[in-house]
This record gives sequence, C-alpha cells and structure tokens, in this order.
Amino acid sequence: MEQEKVTVTVNGLRYERLVEPRRLLCDFIRQDLGLPGTHVGCEHGVCGMCTVLVNGQTARSCLMFAVQADGASITTVEGVGTPSKMHPLQQAFWEKHGLQCGFCTPAMLVTALELLNHNPTPSRDEIREAISSNLCRCTGYQTIVDSVEHAATLMRGGV
Amino acid sequence: MKPAPFSYVRPMTVEEALFALAQQGDEAKVLAGGQSLIAMMNLRLLKPRCLVDINRVAALDYIRQDNGTLAIGALTRQSAAETSPLVLQHCPLMTEAIQYIAHRPIRNRGTVGGNLAHADPTSELPAVAVATDATFVVRSANGQRTILAADFFVGHLTTALRPDELLTEVRVPPWRPAGQGWSFMEVSPRKGDYALVGVAATLQVKDGACQAARLVYNGVAGRAQRVPEAERALVGRNADEAAFREAASIASQRVDPHSDFHATAAYRRDLVNTLTRRALAQALARCGKRSA
Repeated sequence: MEQEKVTVTVNGLRYERLVEPRRLLCDFIRQDLGLPGTHVGCEHGVCGMCTVLVNGQTARSCLMFAVQADGASITTVEGVGTPSKMHPLQQAFWEKHGLQCGFCTPAMLVTALELLNHNPTPSRDEIREAISSNLCRCTGYQTIVDSVEHAATLMRGGV
Repeated sequence: MKPAPFSYVRPMTVEEALFALAQQGDEAKVLAGGQSLIAMMNLRLLKPRCLVDINRVAALDYIRQDNGTLAIGALTRQSAAETSPLVLQHCPLMTEAIQYIAHRPIRNRGTVGGNLAHADPTSELPAVAVATDATFVVRSANGQRTILAADFFVGHLTTALRPDELLTEVRVPPWRPAGQGWSFMEVSPRKGDYALVGVAATLQVKDGACQAARLVYNGVAGRAQRVPEAERALVGRNADEAAFREAASIASQRVDPHSDFHATAAYRRDLVNTLTRRALAQALARCGKRSA
C-alpha cells in the first residue's frame, strides 16, 4: 500500500509517521499518535466531535486527510490544559456544569478556545453561534453557554 | 465509514494541477476544502481513484479588485471571504450569504471555488454568483475559458466543468452602489443545516421606482434558479410593499420545488413567497448604502 510521510506538530510535540493517503486526520490523531481526547462521532462533518485547531483555526478532523496536515501545527484537547493545570475554560466547564457525559466536551473546549482567542468578551448569542457547530445531547447547551461566558470572565482576570 | 483507497497527488502550482488532471482524466477528483468531498468519500458515495489536492497551490488563494471587478481565487477559504473588507465593499451580498454556509469550522476549510464547483442545489454561493452575473475562469492543460454563472450550473451537483478542467477564479462585476440594495435570506431546519429555501435579491431604485431587480433561489430546483418573471413585475413600479407582494407571489408560483423529509413542496413555495417579500424590503432599506 502506497504510504506518505507526514510531519506534524501536535500540542507542541513533533511527530513523523507514514500513513495511507486515505487516513483521516481524526484517526491519525487517535490511533497513530495515541491521543484519544479527540472524539469521533458521525464521520461526515455534522456532529463536530472531532473538532481540533489546525494552525489556530477550528477544523473537522474527520474532513481532512492526515497527509493534508503535513507541516501543520495542531492543538487537541490534550494541549488545552492538564488535570493539575487546567485551562480557565476547563475550570469554567467544571464549575458551571458544562458537561454531563463528556463526549462533546473536548470539541466544545477547542471550539470555545477559538472563539475566546478572537473575541475575549463574547455575548451569549455569539457563544451560541460559535458552539452551534457542535452537538451535545446531555446539557441542553445552557450550561455550556454559562461555562464559556464564565471562562471569558476568568481569562480577563475576574472571578 | 472510512474512505476507499485512492492515489494522492499534491501539486504546488496551477500548471502541475492541470497536468495531473490531464493525466488522470475522469478518474480524478480535485480536493479543495474537502468539506463535501471527504464526507461523501467517508460515506462511500464517492470512490475516486485519485485525488488532486490543490491546497498547496498558494497562487489560487487571493481576493483582489480591479476597477471594481472583484476577483476571488478558487482556493480562498469561505471564512476569509466572509471577513474580507474587499468582498464586503464589492459584493456585500456574498458576505451576507456566506454566514449561512454550515458552521465556522467548515468555513475555515471550505473554499469559495470548491463550493461553486460542487454545485449543491441548496448551496448559497451559486445563487449569489447567478444574481451578480459572476463569471468563472476555468483552466485546463489546453487553455483557459470563462463561463457565465448562469451557464456554469447545469443541474444537481453538475457543472459545465470538464474532467480535466480546474476552476481557478470567480469574477464578480462592479457593484453599482448608487441606489443598489441587496439581501440574502434563508430558512433551514437548524442553524447551519442545508437550506430549505434561500433567496439572493438585488434591487436598484431611482426616485422611488425599481430600475432593475434580481431574484435567485437556492433549494427550489436542481440548481440556483433565477425567476425573471418576478423580476420583470418589479421594473418600472414604485418600490413598495404592494410591488414586493406581487413579485413574491409570482416567484412562488413559478418555482417548482420538491417535497422531502424536511419540508413539503407547498411549504417551500410558501417560504419563497415570504422570503422574497422580506428580502426585497431589506434590499430597499439598503438602497444607496454601500454595506450594512
């Protein structure tokens, strides 16, 4: 089987792998790099679970081939924060009950990160617009909006 | 599911891309943003033998204007066009329409050219292209031609592009700011879903009278559909609610939408009526303004 060399930086670490061209970026991240925080749902770009940052912008990792990420810098949820050093977004999701089952959470965090990078003081409508790309079947979204709003406050140095 | 195997070519220049397409013929598909193509491959609705990935062809990623004509390179990301001051200045109808395309992560990858070449009948940009008389620059190893938007879209997911041709640029003719209004409106089941019905409307008004109008719909036929009968009903009339109602009524009778899981044909027809009235009213309110 024809293989292509892919060199990527994921969460600040450089990886080099040989992949089939048809290898989806989400499967590459999860299986070839061993980073299972990025989830896979529908595999056709609807649910948003596989959202990662590619060169700082959100992208569906099920709608990219790993070969296309050659040379790119990728951020997954593992790069957002750690249990001992949580990102304000993760702290806010914890405090405001922004998750129940947790399946959508990695993508919600990454999506909210892009929003807050561009807009440190989003309105609730702007938060809804941003997270509208991701499905959540537990929370009814209200607590996720609360969490992102709270994270924006935390990141501005508030409490 | 996962895509079937394919061979992968990654040209760095337009010439290399055209050479690859000439070699591969109809065995190959062009991979631009991939936001529809890869989804269809994951579902195995498509199993191309070869992908020609044009994402490294930097020469196709630009937004320029020349004497008022807006030129958008085919590889321009939708999110780049969405936030471009040049697009807002020279084609505010496009700026407004792009906000209805799926969601931000999709627009970050999806390209203007890929959207148009995919020719989804519910898609927004084909309606904008037809409403603005855009032309498409198309190249192959044998040369270049330009195609008027109205001739480019042939039917459901079908365009005038030949297998060895690559869409390289979209050109939108000069926008006439004096007295020209615009509006794009759409209804979908949920935010970012495929449109049930959308309308791209432009309106030119002088001394209170309609001079010209365009009404183009997505979601009501196999391709973006212009309704000249409804446009003609406006020309020469006072730009007012009565004229808009009449045009909307004509448009809703002239379209022949389908029924599906999401909506009946009758509901889509009703949406054409309502959206036409609202879009014309918004276009009128914007007449004389460059952007809103």
